[in-house]
Amino acid sequence: MKLRATTEGRLTQALLIALALAFLAFFLLLPLVAVFSEALKAGIGAFVAAIATPDAWAAIKLTLLIAAISVPLNVVFGIAASWAITKFSFPGKSLLITLIDLPFSVSPVVSGLIFVLLFGANGLFGHWLAEHDLKIIFAVPGIVLATVFITFPFVARELIPLMMEQGKDDEEAALSLGASGWQTFWHVTLPNIRWGLLYGVLLCNARAMGEFGAVSVVSGHIRGETNTMPLHVEILYNEYDFVGAFAVASLLAGLALVTLVAKSVLEWRFDLHSGAKH
Amino acid sequence: MSSTTFPPPTARARTWRKPSVLPGFALTFGTTIGWLSLIVLIPIATIFLKAAGMGWRHFLEVGFSDRALAAYRLSFGTAAAAGLVNAVFGLLVAWVLVRYAFPGKKVVSALVDLPFALPTAVAGIALTALYSPNGWIGQFLDPLGIKVAFTPLGITIALVFIGLPFVVRSVEPVLADLGKDVEEAAATLGASRSQTFARVIFPAIGPALLTGFAMAFARGVGEYGSVIFISGNMPGKTEIAPLLIVTQLEQYAYEGATAIAVVMMLVSFGILLAINALQAAGRRRMGA
Amino acid sequence: MNRRAIVSATLALGLIGPMLAGCSGKSANPNAVELTNVSYDPTRELYQAINPAFATYWKQKTGKDVTFRMSHGGSGKQSRAIIDGLEADVATLALAYDIDAIAAKGKLLPADWQKALPDNSAPYTSTIVLLVRQGNPKGIKDWGDLVKPGVQVITPNPKTSGGARWNFLAAWAYGKKAGGGSDAAAEAFVKKLYANVPVLDSGARGATTTFVERGIGDVLISWENEAFLAEKELGKGKFEIVAPSLSILAEPPVAVVTENAKKHGTTEVADAYLRYLYTPEAQTAIAHAFYRPRDPRIAEQFKSQFPQIPMVTVDKDFGGWARAQKQFFDDGGVFDRIYTAKK
Repeated sequence: MKLRATTEGRLTQALLIALALAFLAFFLLLPLVAVFSEALKAGIGAFVAAIATPDAWAAIKLTLLIAAISVPLNVVFGIAASWAITKFSFPGKSLLITLIDLPFSVSPVVSGLIFVLLFGANGLFGHWLAEHDLKIIFAVPGIVLATVFITFPFVARELIPLMMEQGKDDEEAALSLGASGWQTFWHVTLPNIRWGLLYGVLLCNARAMGEFGAVSVVSGHIRGETNTMPLHVEILYNEYDFVGAFAVASLLAGLALVTLVAKSVLEWRFDLHSGAKH
Repeated sequence: MSSTTFPPPTARARTWRKPSVLPGFALTFGTTIGWLSLIVLIPIATIFLKAAGMGWRHFLEVGFSDRALAAYRLSFGTAAAAGLVNAVFGLLVAWVLVRYAFPGKKVVSALVDLPFALPTAVAGIALTALYSPNGWIGQFLDPLGIKVAFTPLGITIALVFIGLPFVVRSVEPVLADLGKDVEEAAATLGASRSQTFARVIFPAIGPALLTGFAMAFARGVGEYGSVIFISGNMPGKTEIAPLLIVTQLEQYAYEGATAIAVVMMLVSFGILLAINALQAAGRRRMGA
Repeated sequence: MNRRAIVSATLALGLIGPMLAGCSGKSANPNAVELTNVSYDPTRELYQAINPAFATYWKQKTGKDVTFRMSHGGSGKQSRAIIDGLEADVATLALAYDIDAIAAKGKLLPADWQKALPDNSAPYTSTIVLLVRQGNPKGIKDWGDLVKPGVQVITPNPKTSGGARWNFLAAWAYGKKAGGGSDAAAEAFVKKLYANVPVLDSGARGATTTFVERGIGDVLISWENEAFLAEKELGKGKFEIVAPSLSILAEPPVAVVTENAKKHGTTEVADAYLRYLYTPEAQTAIAHAFYRPRDPRIAEQFKSQFPQIPMVTVDKDFGGWARAQKQFFDDGGVFDRIYTAKK
């Protein structure tokens, strides 16, 4: 049965689609095209040459390593936080959610500074760290910390509204049928939230790889060692190597697109198996 | 971090939380609070600690100078403007992506996350290249007397770019989850399409939209990397608040930098808290 | 309980693992040393040429291998990184003020560090020149032309860019001389000049890009070495360098960060590295990178490359960087005043 008033007329649909696409073209596609056209300005050879330098490789590896460490940490946290927040009621919930959002409201300039104030040579723990010859700032752990901080809310933020809407009936039913807590989580909750979780992971990953401001403060910019891809882009740009800078930038955009393609493939396979979305 | 930081399972039914048959409160709540404290709360507390070290008078002098106030106005104003643009168009994009079928939808959907993936500095450079007077778009606007790069308008455009995914990705799952049955029910009861949208759909996605706006806004206020390229950085005119923090740091005035940071953080936090509380109240009223 | 332990162990490993990996990277080979040189943006080509040459020289002299870790960035930012614990063996920055800060706030080298090496510890110098578009359409000959109506001047923000401070002081020196030596005349001059500035980029390289790539402005106030680079490499035949009648001697200083070097056992090699910068070989590389060499013989060789410009110095004419910074660029200084008074 198709009711006329549950969808828009063809004309309205076309109009809305056109409007949305025009907006995206102006605000997203054009900048992306600008990046790629700058990257390919000197031909595909120059593009490849720019990416195939040892420093660029080191930056790519470091960026992947950082994402590989910080994304799982935030996934574990995100699931724990949204379970606690959505399956139980306790006072101060709004405050807790806002505290989780807090990293969004901290300027990236400041989020780098925070860790310098904590772990820098003159920071709160600086002296202790120096005595034990531990390096956090201007080394990989500092970059991981800054990245975890910046991407902290993404997974939780994606899961909380979803799990709130789903309620806890399914879980309660599973428990009353004798499932253990972990079984309930693995076999009931996780399948329910998988799309939200996937979205959260993708956003978290994209942001973890692309973060510039905070990482720039704690990295120390040592070539081939603590330069992530975004920092390498800045360095190349500052060396007037515009082709190189945009080549690495487009590679970064490409990495994000790869994860999105992976998402689409997963969605498609799931749809095939389970017939339809929940 | 060790397992002893989690409350033991026997200490479960706390009086301040309503009892529940679901397990795992101690574990998940403990993890949440522990990790939150370690990564977010303790680090942020150092900013307050540092700012507190400078004394009230100096704090007010730096944090509320005329120049700082002008910068706050600019940063919060452009972030709010960009947030509103994103709320309108982000909703539109989410709607089109969820409800309609058209060729290339997957690609468009992937494109939405681009602002997260592109390093902010690259975004700033690309936008400046587009909107500067000799840029692809700027060259057409310049003869019309419209200046984008190096004006608040340019800052707003950069922030629209940065904030868009927040709105789209907040609204999208809720819109997808919103079954057609309520709309059909509304329609059978004689509601017109616009009535259905205003009375049924909009209230349902309102909270998500508000979340998206709030996050895009909060992110925009603090944004630095993409904005400095397009803003022009003229003192008192196009000087954003994060630039003032950097300016303080260049003078080795760490405390001055934290003063401005604290003011910005408190305002953003206040706005986020208000929006989250508003939503909680809305949910209670809706009985969800 | 078991699961819980696994979760917390994962969390702990995630943080501590890389921390340990971070500090186990040091090689124990007694015949190899590693030098960390923390520098500012425009010196990349220079040290790329000098580092391998020094490595060969050091190998011949001592039989030891030396490798380099280079870090480039804005001068002030780099200085802060060293203060906050970036373990540089040597600092090669844009202005003495930034190394002074390392001595004062980080206590990582003696306050009189500038006496450790010849020529104020500045093995190469530069100056501030004007870069105009091909054919000089606005007929810019000197600083005085920059305050004419309709001339757009590009210079970065001196509050965030070290290079921009040299620009400001050079303009000030001209304004003071042209106005009969009074500070009031100098202030009026720079105020008029900055009224012609449409964009204040946050760094020197950003300003060059604005001028060269975006095509904004009629004249770029720039380091001489950067102007040469822009003229020769960014757009051949698109720009011309105009030597003003008066400029400022820019002395980018170098210093061993003594505390860090002591800790790493690199004091000797770090000192030799910086002294190597004064040798004829290094001085030639310096001239090739468009910096002005200190060595008079090398300078003579490259005489035709650099225009003769009368120059003031920060120490003689502005009473040193600490004073200049306070008077002009700190909060409430002259630069803030010329902008707040405009409203």
